[in-house]
Amino acid sequence: MTLRRRGLDWLLNGFAGLALIYLLIPISVILVFSFNNPRGRFNFIWQEFSFDAWKHPFAVQGVGDALETSLKIAALSTIGATILGTMTALALVRYEFKGRAPVNFFIFIPLATPEVVLGAALLSQFLNLGTPQLGFATILIAHIMFNLSFVVVTVRSRLIGFDRSLEEAAQDLGATPWETFRLVTLPLIMPGVLSAALLAFALSIDDFVITNFNSGSTITFPLFIWGAARVAIPPQIYVIASMIFLFTVAMMILTVWQQRRAEKMAAVRPDDPELVPEPAPA
Amino acid sequence: MPARLRKAAVPYLLLLPGLGWLLLFFAAPLVIMGLESLKTGTIDTGFQLTWAFSNYSDALKNYDEQFIRSFEYAGMATVLSLLIGYPLAYVIAFRGGRYRNALLLAVIVPFFVTYLIRTLSWETILSDSGLVVSTLKSVGIVSDGGRLLDTTVSVVAGITYNYLPFMILPLYASLERIDGRLLEAGYDLYGRRRDVFLRVTLPLSMPGVVAGTLLTFIPAAGDFVNAALLGTPHQFMIGNVIQSRFLVVADYPTAAALSFLLMAFMLVIVLIWARIAGTEALLGTEGERA
Repeated sequence: MTLRRRGLDWLLNGFAGLALIYLLIPISVILVFSFNNPRGRFNFIWQEFSFDAWKHPFAVQGVGDALETSLKIAALSTIGATILGTMTALALVRYEFKGRAPVNFFIFIPLATPEVVLGAALLSQFLNLGTPQLGFATILIAHIMFNLSFVVVTVRSRLIGFDRSLEEAAQDLGATPWETFRLVTLPLIMPGVLSAALLAFALSIDDFVITNFNSGSTITFPLFIWGAARVAIPPQIYVIASMIFLFTVAMMILTVWQQRRAEKMAAVRPDDPELVPEPAPA
Repeated sequence: MPARLRKAAVPYLLLLPGLGWLLLFFAAPLVIMGLESLKTGTIDTGFQLTWAFSNYSDALKNYDEQFIRSFEYAGMATVLSLLIGYPLAYVIAFRGGRYRNALLLAVIVPFFVTYLIRTLSWETILSDSGLVVSTLKSVGIVSDGGRLLDTTVSVVAGITYNYLPFMILPLYASLERIDGRLLEAGYDLYGRRRDVFLRVTLPLSMPGVVAGTLLTFIPAAGDFVNAALLGTPHQFMIGNVIQSRFLVVADYPTAAALSFLLMAFMLVIVLIWARIAGTEALLGTEGERA
Protein backbone atom coordinates (compact mmCIF):
# COMPACT_ATOMS: atom_id res chain seq x y z
CA MET A 1 0.00 0.00 0.00
CA THR A 2 2.56 2.59 1.07
CA LEU A 3 4.89 1.35 -1.64
CA ARG A 4 2.20 1.79 -4.24
CA ARG A 5 1.42 5.17 -2.81
CA ARG A 6 5.00 6.28 -2.99
CA GLY A 7 5.20 5.00 -6.55
CA LEU A 8 2.20 7.13 -7.42
CA ASP A 9 3.80 10.13 -5.77
CA TRP A 10 6.92 9.72 -7.84
CA LEU A 11 4.88 9.28 -10.98
CA LEU A 12 2.97 12.49 -10.32
CA ASN A 13 6.09 14.49 -9.47
CA GLY A 14 7.86 13.09 -12.50
CA PHE A 15 4.98 14.02 -14.75
CA ALA A 16 4.90 17.55 -13.33
CA GLY A 17 8.64 17.79 -13.92
CA LEU A 18 8.20 16.77 -17.54
CA ALA A 19 5.47 19.38 -17.98
CA LEU A 20 7.82 22.00 -16.58
CA ILE A 21 10.55 20.93 -18.98
CA TYR A 22 8.06 21.15 -21.86
CA LEU A 23 7.34 24.73 -20.81
CA LEU A 24 10.99 25.71 -20.62
CA ILE A 25 12.49 23.94 -23.64
CA PRO A 26 11.56 26.54 -26.29
CA ILE A 27 13.03 29.34 -24.18
CA SER A 28 16.26 27.42 -23.75
CA VAL A 29 16.30 26.82 -27.49
CA ILE A 30 16.00 30.56 -28.11
CA LEU A 31 18.74 31.44 -25.63
CA VAL A 32 21.06 28.75 -27.02
CA PHE A 33 20.38 29.50 -30.67
CA SER A 34 21.03 33.21 -30.12
CA PHE A 35 24.67 32.12 -29.91
CA ASN A 36 24.46 30.15 -33.13
CA ASN A 37 26.29 31.11 -36.28
CA PRO A 38 23.90 29.63 -38.81
CA ARG A 39 24.66 28.88 -42.41
CA GLY A 40 21.91 30.02 -44.73
CA ARG A 41 19.00 32.26 -43.93
CA PHE A 42 17.29 30.31 -41.18
CA ASN A 43 18.41 29.68 -37.66
CA PHE A 44 17.16 26.11 -37.34
CA ILE A 45 20.28 23.96 -37.28
CA TRP A 46 23.10 24.33 -34.80
CA GLN A 47 26.39 25.15 -36.52
CA GLU A 48 28.88 26.78 -34.21
CA PHE A 49 29.09 28.95 -31.13
CA SER A 50 29.46 32.65 -31.79
CA PHE A 51 29.09 35.98 -30.00
CA ASP A 52 28.56 37.82 -33.29
CA ALA A 53 24.81 38.28 -32.99
CA TRP A 54 25.09 39.49 -29.39
CA LYS A 55 27.82 41.95 -30.35
CA HIS A 56 25.75 43.43 -33.16
CA PRO A 57 22.10 42.82 -32.26
CA PHE A 58 20.84 45.60 -34.50
CA ALA A 59 22.92 44.67 -37.54
CA VAL A 60 19.79 43.47 -39.33
CA GLN A 61 18.19 46.18 -41.42
CA GLY A 62 15.08 47.63 -39.83
CA VAL A 63 15.03 45.64 -36.62
CA GLY A 64 16.19 48.55 -34.48
CA ASP A 65 13.45 50.84 -35.75
CA ALA A 66 10.85 48.12 -35.26
CA LEU A 67 11.94 47.58 -31.67
CA GLU A 68 11.91 51.31 -31.00
CA THR A 69 8.36 51.59 -32.33
CA SER A 70 7.30 48.64 -30.18
CA LEU A 71 8.83 50.14 -27.04
CA LYS A 72 7.19 53.53 -27.67
CA ILE A 73 3.78 51.98 -28.23
CA ALA A 74 4.18 49.70 -25.22
CA ALA A 75 5.13 52.60 -22.94
CA LEU A 76 2.35 54.93 -24.13
CA SER A 77 -0.36 52.27 -24.19
CA THR A 78 0.67 51.07 -20.73
CA ILE A 79 0.33 54.57 -19.30
CA GLY A 80 -3.02 55.14 -21.03
CA ALA A 81 -4.54 51.78 -20.20
CA THR A 82 -3.30 51.82 -16.60
CA ILE A 83 -4.79 55.23 -15.85
CA LEU A 84 -8.13 54.55 -17.56
CA GLY A 85 -8.32 51.00 -16.20
CA THR A 86 -7.54 51.98 -12.62
CA MET A 87 -10.25 54.65 -12.72
CA THR A 88 -12.72 52.10 -14.07
CA ALA A 89 -11.77 49.54 -11.44
CA LEU A 90 -12.17 52.12 -8.67
CA ALA A 91 -15.65 52.97 -9.91
CA LEU A 92 -16.64 49.32 -10.15
CA VAL A 93 -15.46 48.22 -6.72
CA ARG A 94 -15.87 51.32 -4.57
CA TYR A 95 -19.21 52.67 -5.66
CA GLU A 96 -22.71 51.44 -5.98
CA PHE A 97 -24.43 52.87 -8.98
CA LYS A 98 -27.06 51.98 -11.51
CA GLY A 99 -25.71 49.79 -14.28
CA ARG A 100 -22.75 48.36 -12.40
CA ALA A 101 -23.51 44.75 -13.31
CA PRO A 102 -23.83 45.40 -17.06
CA VAL A 103 -20.64 47.47 -17.01
CA ASN A 104 -18.86 44.59 -15.26
CA PHE A 105 -20.04 42.28 -17.99
CA PHE A 106 -19.15 44.72 -20.75
CA ILE A 107 -15.57 45.02 -19.48
CA PHE A 108 -15.29 41.24 -19.58
CA ILE A 109 -16.37 40.80 -23.22
CA PRO A 110 -13.15 42.03 -24.88
CA LEU A 111 -11.27 39.41 -22.86
CA ALA A 112 -13.54 36.71 -24.26
CA THR A 113 -13.30 37.96 -27.84
CA PRO A 114 -10.77 36.32 -30.14
CA GLU A 115 -7.96 38.68 -31.08
CA VAL A 116 -8.64 38.29 -34.80
CA VAL A 117 -12.14 39.64 -34.26
CA LEU A 118 -10.89 42.58 -32.18
CA GLY A 119 -8.37 43.45 -34.85
CA ALA A 120 -10.71 42.96 -37.78
CA ALA A 121 -13.50 45.03 -36.22
CA LEU A 122 -11.23 47.94 -35.43
CA LEU A 123 -9.83 47.87 -38.96
CA SER A 124 -13.39 47.92 -40.35
CA GLN A 125 -14.01 51.07 -38.38
CA PHE A 126 -10.79 52.78 -39.47
CA LEU A 127 -11.41 51.84 -43.11
CA ASN A 128 -15.00 53.04 -43.06
CA LEU A 129 -14.31 56.32 -41.33
CA GLY A 130 -11.08 56.83 -43.24
CA THR A 131 -9.51 58.27 -40.10
CA PRO A 132 -7.11 58.27 -38.42
CA GLN A 133 -4.55 57.17 -40.96
CA LEU A 134 -3.41 53.59 -40.25
CA GLY A 135 -0.09 53.67 -38.45
CA PHE A 136 1.36 54.58 -35.07
CA ALA A 137 -1.83 56.23 -33.80
CA THR A 138 -4.13 53.37 -34.75
CA ILE A 139 -1.78 50.81 -33.20
CA LEU A 140 -1.74 52.86 -30.00
CA ILE A 141 -5.55 53.12 -29.95
CA ALA A 142 -5.81 49.36 -30.42
CA HIS A 143 -3.29 48.55 -27.69
CA ILE A 144 -4.99 50.77 -25.11
CA MET A 145 -8.28 49.11 -26.06
CA PHE A 146 -7.17 45.52 -25.52
CA ASN A 147 -5.10 46.34 -22.43
CA LEU A 148 -7.92 48.16 -20.64
CA SER A 149 -9.89 45.12 -19.56
CA PHE A 150 -6.76 43.35 -18.33
CA VAL A 151 -5.88 46.36 -16.18
CA VAL A 152 -9.41 46.60 -14.78
CA VAL A 153 -9.45 42.92 -13.82
CA THR A 154 -6.00 43.08 -12.20
CA VAL A 155 -6.58 46.27 -10.21
CA ARG A 156 -10.06 45.15 -9.21
CA SER A 157 -8.74 41.99 -7.60
CA ARG A 158 -6.39 44.14 -5.53
CA LEU A 159 -9.15 46.55 -4.54
CA ILE A 160 -11.46 43.81 -3.27
CA GLY A 161 -9.84 43.01 0.07
CA PHE A 162 -9.00 46.66 0.69
CA ASP A 163 -9.34 47.97 4.25
CA ARG A 164 -11.62 51.01 3.97
CA SER A 165 -11.19 52.08 7.57
CA LEU A 166 -7.83 53.58 6.59
CA GLU A 167 -9.56 55.98 4.23
CA GLU A 168 -12.19 56.82 6.80
CA ALA A 169 -9.43 57.58 9.27
CA ALA A 170 -7.82 59.97 6.78
CA GLN A 171 -11.10 61.75 6.19
CA ASP A 172 -11.76 61.97 9.90
CA LEU A 173 -8.40 63.66 10.22
CA GLY A 174 -9.57 66.29 7.75
CA ALA A 175 -8.11 65.09 4.47
CA THR A 176 -9.97 66.09 1.33
CA PRO A 177 -11.15 63.24 -0.96
CA TRP A 178 -8.27 63.97 -3.34
CA GLU A 179 -5.73 63.96 -0.50
CA THR A 180 -7.20 60.74 0.81
CA PHE A 181 -6.83 59.19 -2.61
CA ARG A 182 -3.30 60.43 -3.21
CA LEU A 183 -1.91 59.76 0.27
CA VAL A 184 -3.82 56.63 1.35
CA THR A 185 -5.67 54.82 -1.43
CA LEU A 186 -3.10 55.08 -4.21
CA PRO A 187 -0.09 53.90 -2.19
CA LEU A 188 -2.10 50.93 -0.94
CA ILE A 189 -3.32 49.82 -4.36
CA MET A 190 0.03 50.65 -5.99
CA PRO A 191 1.22 47.01 -6.11
CA GLY A 192 -1.95 46.08 -8.01
CA VAL A 193 -1.56 49.05 -10.34
CA LEU A 194 2.09 48.17 -10.93
CA SER A 195 1.40 44.56 -11.79
CA ALA A 196 -1.40 45.71 -14.10
CA ALA A 197 1.02 48.07 -15.81
CA LEU A 198 3.60 45.34 -16.15
CA LEU A 199 1.02 43.01 -17.67
CA ALA A 200 -0.11 45.73 -20.06
CA PHE A 201 3.46 46.42 -21.14
CA ALA A 202 4.16 42.74 -21.74
CA LEU A 203 0.92 42.26 -23.70
CA SER A 204 1.56 45.34 -25.80
CA ILE A 205 5.14 44.59 -26.76
CA ASP A 206 4.13 41.02 -27.61
CA ASP A 207 0.99 41.72 -29.59
CA PHE A 208 1.01 40.61 -33.17
CA VAL A 209 -2.54 39.76 -34.23
CA ILE A 210 -4.36 43.02 -33.50
CA THR A 211 -1.36 45.11 -34.54
CA ASN A 212 -1.17 43.21 -37.82
CA PHE A 213 -4.64 44.46 -38.69
CA ASN A 214 -4.18 48.09 -37.72
CA SER A 215 -0.56 48.92 -38.48
CA GLY A 216 -0.70 50.25 -42.03
CA SER A 217 2.95 50.46 -43.03
CA THR A 218 4.30 50.94 -39.50
CA ILE A 219 6.39 47.99 -38.34
CA THR A 220 6.63 46.80 -34.75
CA PHE A 221 9.00 44.11 -33.53
CA PRO A 222 6.47 41.24 -33.81
CA LEU A 223 5.48 42.46 -37.28
CA PHE A 224 9.15 42.47 -38.23
CA ILE A 225 9.49 38.85 -37.13
CA TRP A 226 6.35 37.91 -39.06
CA GLY A 227 7.80 39.44 -42.18
CA ALA A 228 11.15 37.79 -41.57
CA ALA A 229 9.73 34.35 -40.76
CA ARG A 230 9.17 33.53 -44.41
CA VAL A 231 12.33 35.12 -45.78
CA ALA A 232 15.14 34.79 -43.29
CA ILE A 233 15.49 34.46 -39.54
CA PRO A 234 18.85 35.86 -38.47
CA PRO A 235 20.13 34.99 -34.97
CA GLN A 236 19.83 38.68 -34.09
CA ILE A 237 16.08 38.18 -33.72
CA TYR A 238 16.76 35.52 -31.11
CA VAL A 239 19.20 37.86 -29.39
CA ILE A 240 16.64 40.66 -29.14
CA ALA A 241 14.00 38.19 -27.96
CA SER A 242 16.44 37.02 -25.28
CA MET A 243 17.07 40.63 -24.24
CA ILE A 244 13.34 41.33 -23.92
CA PHE A 245 13.00 38.08 -22.01
CA LEU A 246 15.77 38.86 -19.53
CA PHE A 247 14.50 42.42 -19.08
CA THR A 248 10.94 41.23 -18.36
CA VAL A 249 12.17 38.64 -15.86
CA ALA A 250 14.17 41.35 -14.09
CA MET A 251 11.12 43.65 -14.00
CA MET A 252 8.99 40.80 -12.72
CA ILE A 253 11.38 40.01 -9.88
CA LEU A 254 11.57 43.71 -9.03
CA THR A 255 7.78 43.98 -8.86
CA VAL A 256 7.45 40.91 -6.67
CA TRP A 257 10.08 42.35 -4.35
CA GLN A 258 8.31 45.71 -4.31
CA GLN A 259 5.00 44.03 -3.62
CA ARG A 260 6.43 42.10 -0.67
CA ARG A 261 7.76 45.32 0.78
CA ALA A 262 4.44 47.08 0.31
CA GLU A 263 2.61 44.19 1.92
CA LYS A 264 4.94 44.33 4.88
CA MET A 265 4.26 48.04 5.19
CA ALA A 266 0.51 47.56 4.91
CA ALA A 267 0.66 44.84 7.52
CA VAL A 268 2.10 47.18 10.11
CA ARG A 269 -0.65 47.84 12.59
CA PRO A 270 -0.60 49.22 16.10
CA ASP A 271 -1.43 45.74 17.40
CA ASP A 272 1.73 44.43 15.79
CA PRO A 273 3.66 42.99 18.74
CA GLU A 274 6.90 44.40 17.39
CA LEU A 275 5.55 47.91 17.59
CA VAL A 276 4.13 47.71 21.08
CA PRO A 277 6.75 49.19 23.37
CA GLU A 278 8.20 46.87 25.97
CA PRO A 279 6.59 47.55 29.32
CA ALA A 280 9.03 49.46 31.44
CA PRO A 281 10.52 47.31 34.18
CA ALA A 282 8.82 48.05 37.44
CA MET B 1 -24.13 71.35 -7.49
CA PRO B 2 -25.38 69.96 -4.18
CA ALA B 3 -22.82 67.74 -2.47
CA ARG B 4 -25.04 64.68 -2.64
CA LEU B 5 -25.48 64.93 -6.36
CA ARG B 6 -21.79 65.50 -6.85
CA LYS B 7 -21.06 62.37 -4.87
CA ALA B 8 -23.47 60.36 -6.99
CA ALA B 9 -21.69 61.55 -10.12
CA VAL B 10 -18.26 60.36 -9.00
CA PRO B 11 -18.49 56.74 -10.19
CA TYR B 12 -19.79 57.82 -13.58
CA LEU B 13 -16.98 60.34 -13.97
CA LEU B 14 -14.46 57.66 -13.08
CA LEU B 15 -16.01 55.29 -15.60
CA LEU B 16 -16.30 57.80 -18.41
CA PRO B 17 -12.81 57.66 -20.00
CA GLY B 18 -12.29 53.89 -19.80
CA LEU B 19 -15.80 52.95 -20.77
CA GLY B 20 -15.81 55.62 -23.47
CA TRP B 21 -12.65 54.17 -24.96
CA LEU B 22 -14.15 50.70 -25.06
CA LEU B 23 -17.40 51.96 -26.55
CA LEU B 24 -15.53 53.90 -29.21
CA PHE B 25 -12.89 51.34 -30.13
CA PHE B 26 -14.46 48.02 -29.17
CA ALA B 27 -18.27 48.28 -29.32
CA ALA B 28 -18.63 50.74 -32.22
CA PRO B 29 -16.19 48.77 -34.42
CA LEU B 30 -18.29 45.66 -33.86
CA VAL B 31 -21.36 47.53 -35.11
CA ILE B 32 -19.48 48.83 -38.14
CA MET B 33 -18.13 45.36 -38.86
CA GLY B 34 -21.71 44.09 -38.58
CA LEU B 35 -22.75 46.48 -41.34
CA GLU B 36 -19.64 45.56 -43.32
CA SER B 37 -20.67 41.90 -43.23
CA LEU B 38 -23.94 42.75 -45.00
CA LYS B 39 -22.39 44.55 -47.94
CA THR B 40 -21.71 43.36 -51.46
CA GLY B 41 -19.17 44.53 -54.01
CA THR B 42 -15.45 44.38 -54.62
CA ILE B 43 -12.51 46.46 -53.48
CA ASP B 44 -12.35 48.12 -56.92
CA THR B 45 -16.01 49.01 -57.32
CA GLY B 46 -16.56 49.71 -53.65
CA PHE B 47 -18.85 47.96 -51.19
CA GLN B 48 -22.55 48.83 -50.90
CA LEU B 49 -24.78 47.98 -48.00
CA THR B 50 -27.34 45.60 -49.52
CA TRP B 51 -28.27 43.74 -46.34
CA ALA B 52 -26.83 40.61 -47.92
CA PHE B 53 -27.46 38.08 -45.20
CA SER B 54 -26.43 35.44 -47.69
CA ASN B 55 -22.83 36.49 -46.92
CA TYR B 56 -23.19 34.49 -43.74
CA SER B 57 -24.48 31.30 -45.27
CA ASP B 58 -21.94 31.57 -48.10
CA ALA B 59 -19.10 32.10 -45.64
CA LEU B 60 -20.20 29.14 -43.58
CA LYS B 61 -20.56 26.96 -46.65
CA ASN B 62 -17.23 27.93 -48.19
CA TYR B 63 -15.20 27.70 -45.01
CA ASP B 64 -16.96 25.00 -43.01
CA GLU B 65 -13.79 22.91 -43.22
CA GLN B 66 -11.68 25.61 -41.53
CA PHE B 67 -14.37 26.24 -38.92
CA ILE B 68 -14.52 22.58 -37.96
CA ARG B 69 -10.74 22.36 -37.95
CA SER B 70 -10.46 25.41 -35.67
CA PHE B 71 -12.71 23.92 -33.05
CA GLU B 72 -11.10 20.50 -33.47
CA TYR B 73 -7.58 21.86 -32.95
CA ALA B 74 -8.69 24.16 -30.14
CA GLY B 75 -10.50 21.26 -28.48
CA MET B 76 -7.46 18.98 -28.76
CA ALA B 77 -5.17 21.71 -27.44
CA THR B 78 -7.53 22.39 -24.53
CA VAL B 79 -7.75 18.72 -23.53
CA LEU B 80 -3.97 18.33 -23.83
CA SER B 81 -3.41 21.48 -21.76
CA LEU B 82 -5.71 20.15 -19.08
CA LEU B 83 -3.91 16.79 -19.02
CA ILE B 84 -0.50 18.45 -18.86
CA GLY B 85 -1.51 21.38 -16.69
CA TYR B 86 -3.59 19.74 -13.98
CA PRO B 87 -0.86 17.49 -12.55
CA LEU B 88 1.62 20.36 -12.67
CA ALA B 89 -0.77 22.78 -10.96
CA TYR B 90 -1.59 20.08 -8.40
CA VAL B 91 2.04 19.42 -7.56
CA ILE B 92 2.82 23.14 -7.29
CA ALA B 93 -0.23 23.82 -5.09
CA PHE B 94 0.10 20.86 -2.73
CA ARG B 95 3.78 19.97 -2.81
CA GLY B 96 5.47 23.16 -3.93
CA GLY B 97 6.32 24.16 -0.38
CA ARG B 98 8.64 27.11 -0.37
CA TYR B 99 9.45 26.64 -4.05
CA ARG B 100 5.89 27.51 -5.02
CA ASN B 101 6.61 31.01 -6.28
CA ALA B 102 9.68 29.91 -8.17
CA LEU B 103 7.69 27.12 -9.83
CA LEU B 104 4.90 29.54 -10.73
CA LEU B 105 7.45 31.86 -12.25
CA ALA B 106 8.68 28.95 -14.37
CA VAL B 107 5.12 28.46 -15.58
CA ILE B 108 4.67 32.05 -16.76
CA VAL B 109 8.20 32.47 -18.05
CA PRO B 110 7.19 31.41 -21.60
CA PHE B 111 5.02 34.54 -21.67
CA PHE B 112 8.13 36.67 -21.49
CA VAL B 113 9.34 35.57 -24.88
CA THR B 114 7.67 37.16 -27.85
CA TYR B 115 4.78 35.00 -29.01
CA LEU B 116 6.04 34.69 -32.58
CA ILE B 117 9.52 33.70 -31.44
CA ARG B 118 8.09 31.06 -29.10
CA THR B 119 6.28 29.61 -32.07
CA LEU B 120 9.35 29.84 -34.28
CA SER B 121 11.38 27.95 -31.70
CA TRP B 122 8.99 25.02 -32.20
CA GLU B 123 9.94 25.20 -35.84
CA THR B 124 13.53 24.68 -34.72
CA ILE B 125 12.60 21.87 -32.31
CA LEU B 126 10.38 19.94 -34.71
CA SER B 127 12.38 20.61 -37.87
CA ASP B 128 13.11 17.65 -40.15
CA SER B 129 16.72 17.33 -39.12
CA GLY B 130 16.07 18.19 -35.48
CA LEU B 131 16.57 16.01 -32.43
CA VAL B 132 12.91 15.18 -31.86
CA VAL B 133 12.24 13.88 -35.34
CA SER B 134 15.44 11.84 -35.52
CA THR B 135 14.78 10.29 -32.09
CA LEU B 136 11.21 9.40 -33.00
CA LYS B 137 12.46 7.97 -36.28
CA SER B 138 14.95 5.70 -34.55
CA VAL B 139 12.24 4.45 -32.21
CA GLY B 140 9.97 3.92 -35.18
CA ILE B 141 7.14 6.25 -34.15
CA VAL B 142 7.79 8.45 -37.15
CA SER B 143 8.38 6.69 -40.46
CA ASP B 144 11.62 7.28 -42.37
CA GLY B 145 10.26 9.87 -44.76
CA GLY B 146 7.85 11.21 -42.16
CA ARG B 147 7.96 14.64 -40.61
CA LEU B 148 6.36 16.54 -37.77
CA LEU B 149 6.62 20.08 -39.07
CA ASP B 150 3.75 21.16 -41.32
CA THR B 151 1.40 18.55 -39.87
CA THR B 152 -1.55 18.58 -37.47
CA VAL B 153 0.88 17.44 -34.77
CA SER B 154 3.08 20.51 -35.00
CA VAL B 155 0.17 22.95 -35.15
CA VAL B 156 -1.62 21.42 -32.16
CA ALA B 157 1.68 21.18 -30.25
CA GLY B 158 2.30 24.87 -30.91
CA ILE B 159 -1.19 25.93 -29.85
CA THR B 160 -1.03 23.78 -26.72
CA TYR B 161 2.30 25.25 -25.78
CA ASN B 162 1.35 28.86 -26.40
CA TYR B 163 -1.78 28.76 -24.27
CA LEU B 164 -0.71 26.31 -21.55
CA PRO B 165 -0.03 29.00 -18.91
CA PHE B 166 -3.64 30.22 -19.37
CA MET B 167 -4.71 26.76 -18.22
CA ILE B 168 -2.23 26.29 -15.39
CA LEU B 169 -2.70 29.62 -13.59
CA PRO B 170 -6.47 29.38 -12.94
CA LEU B 171 -6.07 25.69 -12.07
CA TYR B 172 -3.39 26.58 -9.57
CA ALA B 173 -5.48 29.43 -8.13
CA SER B 174 -8.42 27.14 -7.42
CA LEU B 175 -6.32 24.22 -6.13
CA GLU B 176 -4.33 26.47 -3.85
CA ARG B 177 -7.50 27.76 -2.22
CA ILE B 178 -8.64 24.29 -1.17
CA ASP B 179 -8.67 23.89 2.59
CA GLY B 180 -6.26 21.08 3.46
CA ARG B 181 -8.51 20.05 6.35
CA LEU B 182 -11.17 18.93 3.90
CA LEU B 183 -8.71 16.47 2.38
CA GLU B 184 -7.67 15.25 5.83
CA ALA B 185 -11.31 14.75 6.70
CA GLY B 186 -11.65 12.65 3.58
CA TYR B 187 -8.74 10.44 4.58
CA ASP B 188 -9.94 10.24 8.19
CA LEU B 189 -13.20 8.87 6.88
CA TYR B 190 -11.17 6.12 5.22
CA GLY B 191 -11.47 7.57 1.76
CA ARG B 192 -8.89 6.14 -0.61
CA ARG B 193 -6.71 8.55 -2.48
CA ARG B 194 -8.72 8.15 -5.60
CA ASP B 195 -11.99 8.77 -3.74
CA VAL B 196 -10.66 11.85 -2.01
CA PHE B 197 -9.39 13.20 -5.31
CA LEU B 198 -12.56 12.48 -7.25
CA ARG B 199 -15.00 13.56 -4.57
CA VAL B 200 -13.21 16.42 -2.82
CA THR B 201 -10.25 17.85 -4.74
CA LEU B 202 -11.61 17.65 -8.27
CA PRO B 203 -15.06 19.16 -7.54
CA LEU B 204 -13.47 21.97 -5.53
CA SER B 205 -11.07 22.75 -8.37
CA MET B 206 -13.85 22.91 -10.96
CA PRO B 207 -13.90 26.74 -11.15
CA GLY B 208 -10.26 26.58 -12.16
CA VAL B 209 -10.98 23.89 -14.74
CA VAL B 210 -13.80 25.96 -16.22
CA ALA B 211 -11.80 29.18 -16.30
CA GLY B 212 -8.73 27.42 -17.65
CA THR B 213 -10.53 25.62 -20.44
CA LEU B 214 -12.21 28.86 -21.52
CA LEU B 215 -9.02 30.89 -21.38
CA THR B 216 -7.32 28.24 -23.51
CA PHE B 217 -10.12 27.40 -25.90
CA ILE B 218 -11.16 30.93 -26.88
CA PRO B 219 -7.78 32.23 -28.05
CA ALA B 220 -6.86 28.81 -29.47
CA ALA B 221 -9.93 28.67 -31.73
CA GLY B 222 -9.19 32.13 -33.11
CA ASP B 223 -5.47 31.53 -33.56
CA PHE B 224 -3.82 31.72 -36.95
CA VAL B 225 -0.16 32.19 -36.13
CA ASN B 226 0.54 28.55 -35.26
CA ALA B 227 -1.13 27.21 -38.40
CA ALA B 228 0.69 29.79 -40.51
CA LEU B 229 4.16 29.16 -39.08
CA LEU B 230 4.00 25.47 -38.13
CA GLY B 231 1.52 24.22 -40.73
CA THR B 232 0.53 24.41 -44.38
CA PRO B 233 -2.75 25.53 -45.95
CA HIS B 234 -3.98 22.01 -45.11
CA GLN B 235 -3.83 22.99 -41.45
CA PHE B 236 -5.29 26.47 -41.86
CA MET B 237 -7.86 27.51 -39.32
CA ILE B 238 -10.65 30.07 -39.49
CA GLY B 239 -8.29 32.77 -38.19
CA ASN B 240 -6.09 32.26 -41.24
CA VAL B 241 -9.08 32.75 -43.51
CA ILE B 242 -10.22 35.92 -41.72
CA GLN B 243 -6.70 37.30 -41.82
CA SER B 244 -6.16 36.66 -45.51
CA ARG B 245 -9.69 37.72 -46.56
CA PHE B 246 -9.17 41.00 -44.72
CA LEU B 247 -5.54 41.83 -45.34
CA VAL B 248 -4.61 39.99 -48.53
CA VAL B 249 -7.74 39.56 -50.66
CA ALA B 250 -9.57 42.64 -49.31
CA ASP B 251 -12.87 40.75 -49.32
CA TYR B 252 -14.13 42.65 -46.28
CA PRO B 253 -17.76 41.43 -46.18
CA THR B 254 -16.76 37.77 -46.07
CA ALA B 255 -14.07 38.42 -43.48
CA ALA B 256 -16.54 40.38 -41.35
CA ALA B 257 -19.18 37.67 -41.63
CA LEU B 258 -16.62 35.02 -40.64
CA SER B 259 -15.58 37.09 -37.63
CA PHE B 260 -19.16 37.28 -36.43
CA LEU B 261 -19.75 33.60 -37.00
CA LEU B 262 -16.62 32.83 -34.98
CA MET B 263 -17.77 35.14 -32.21
CA ALA B 264 -21.25 33.64 -32.22
CA PHE B 265 -19.88 30.11 -31.83
CA MET B 266 -17.63 31.29 -29.01
CA LEU B 267 -20.52 33.03 -27.28
CA VAL B 268 -22.59 29.86 -27.38
CA ILE B 269 -19.71 27.94 -25.82
CA VAL B 270 -19.11 30.58 -23.15
CA LEU B 271 -22.81 30.69 -22.28
CA ILE B 272 -22.97 26.92 -21.96
CA TRP B 273 -19.97 27.02 -19.66
CA ALA B 274 -21.47 29.93 -17.71
CA ARG B 275 -24.59 27.83 -17.18
CA ILE B 276 -22.51 25.00 -15.81
CA ALA B 277 -20.13 27.07 -13.74
CA GLY B 278 -22.19 30.10 -12.71
CA THR B 279 -21.34 33.59 -13.94
CA GLU B 280 -19.73 34.62 -10.66
CA ALA B 281 -16.84 32.22 -11.07
CA LEU B 282 -16.55 33.18 -14.71
CA LEU B 283 -16.40 36.94 -14.28
CA GLY B 284 -14.24 36.74 -11.20
CA THR B 285 -16.59 39.12 -9.43
CA GLU B 286 -17.12 37.00 -6.32
CA GLY B 287 -16.36 38.89 -3.18
CA GLU B 288 -17.43 42.28 -4.45
CA ARG B 289 -20.05 44.27 -2.65
CA ALA B 290 -23.45 43.03 -3.72
